[in-house]
Amino acid sequence: MSLKKTLLDPLFENNPIALQILGICSALAVTTKLESVLVMCLAVVLVCAFSNLSVSLIRNHVPSSIRIIVMMTIIASLVILTDQLLKAFVYDIAKSMSVYIGLIITNCIVMGRAEAYAMKNGPLMSFVDGIGNGIGYSIVLIFVGVFRELFGSGKLLGYNILTPINEGGWYMPNGMALLSPSAFFLIGIFIWILRSFKKDQIESSN
Amino acid sequence: MLEHYLSLFLKAVFVENLALAFFLGMCTFLAVSKKVKTSLGLGVAVIVVQSITIPVNNLLYNYLLKENALQWAGINGVDLSFLGLISYIGVIAAMVQILEMTLDKFFPPLYNALGIFLPLITVNCAILGGSLFMVERDYNFAESVVFGVGSGVGWALAIAALAGIREKMKYSDVPEGLRGLGITFITVGLMALGFLSFSGIQL
Repeated sequence: MSLKKTLLDPLFENNPIALQILGICSALAVTTKLESVLVMCLAVVLVCAFSNLSVSLIRNHVPSSIRIIVMMTIIASLVILTDQLLKAFVYDIAKSMSVYIGLIITNCIVMGRAEAYAMKNGPLMSFVDGIGNGIGYSIVLIFVGVFRELFGSGKLLGYNILTPINEGGWYMPNGMALLSPSAFFLIGIFIWILRSFKKDQIESSN
Repeated sequence: MLEHYLSLFLKAVFVENLALAFFLGMCTFLAVSKKVKTSLGLGVAVIVVQSITIPVNNLLYNYLLKENALQWAGINGVDLSFLGLISYIGVIAAMVQILEMTLDKFFPPLYNALGIFLPLITVNCAILGGSLFMVERDYNFAESVVFGVGSGVGWALAIAALAGIREKMKYSDVPEGLRGLGITFITVGLMALGFLSFSGIQL
């Protein structure tokens, strides 16, 4: 596969959330504000790319029986690094995301790509695959985040777009968009839209 | 005293359900909920692992990692809490491995029933998430035991309920693009709405 295909495939053709069912946990919990979504996306793209790179570099030296624990250690170290960096530079956002930064460790995208791709391919391709999958994940997250923040509080990135009634505007914020169920509905709808265009992703009815 | 633990338990099961209120363990939640039987097996495995790892991680945190936690060994002013993540995941991986070997030796029927799900639990976010919440909320040892069991039961309950709904869903005519994963997301959304009604309960 060419570099470009490796990078672009996970965006829509083989989206990690919509098709591979990977990494959904953190996708939903941090999406009430676009700001935390962007931080989360950046963290996942970086962790995914560098874990793929490191796993791919050592793939010929690690016996397959202990590969899971080796991957776990690499990923956990990268996530600790990310966590410390976020706490140092954007403390408020890191605080508001509570445990979900740490949960990148068990984000199946990172583990899944390391196992399915980086163990079999060279470092450069694996690195690009990590970035591609990170971006595919980010697309869904940003989609959900934009809708939830815009309709839930009338803002985007903290700026008023639809001025809410209690600040003298006309928009009645939809409180449900800030609650957990709306994220599920939005991802369901995202999948529906995606599959209306890509008919081959439709699952058989049984 | 007993009341405190009972309310903590009920809160962990219903109000702060790991799957439906915090979205933890979603990957397996969606992927392994096609049949009630397998999802029950996974649920039981999660309860067992959860009720062992959370108390163990609690001890680890309080006696090794927390700021000034090493005082019992005569070492002062050491803060190892940045090593938290890697230690918890290590404990979880080790516990799952030990549990697997114990079950294989002493309870083969249960081991066979759980099968592939046991090793999969290592990467279930609900387990690590449970440990992280335990640290964040500063539970003591007894509370962490109750929280571990409760959150495991809550997760098992949620996945069993979803599997039940999905089994019935086989008979409905779902729009093409929503089939499979799409409609499952919407179903889980509706279930989460239902569980939201617990959120006003003061215990």
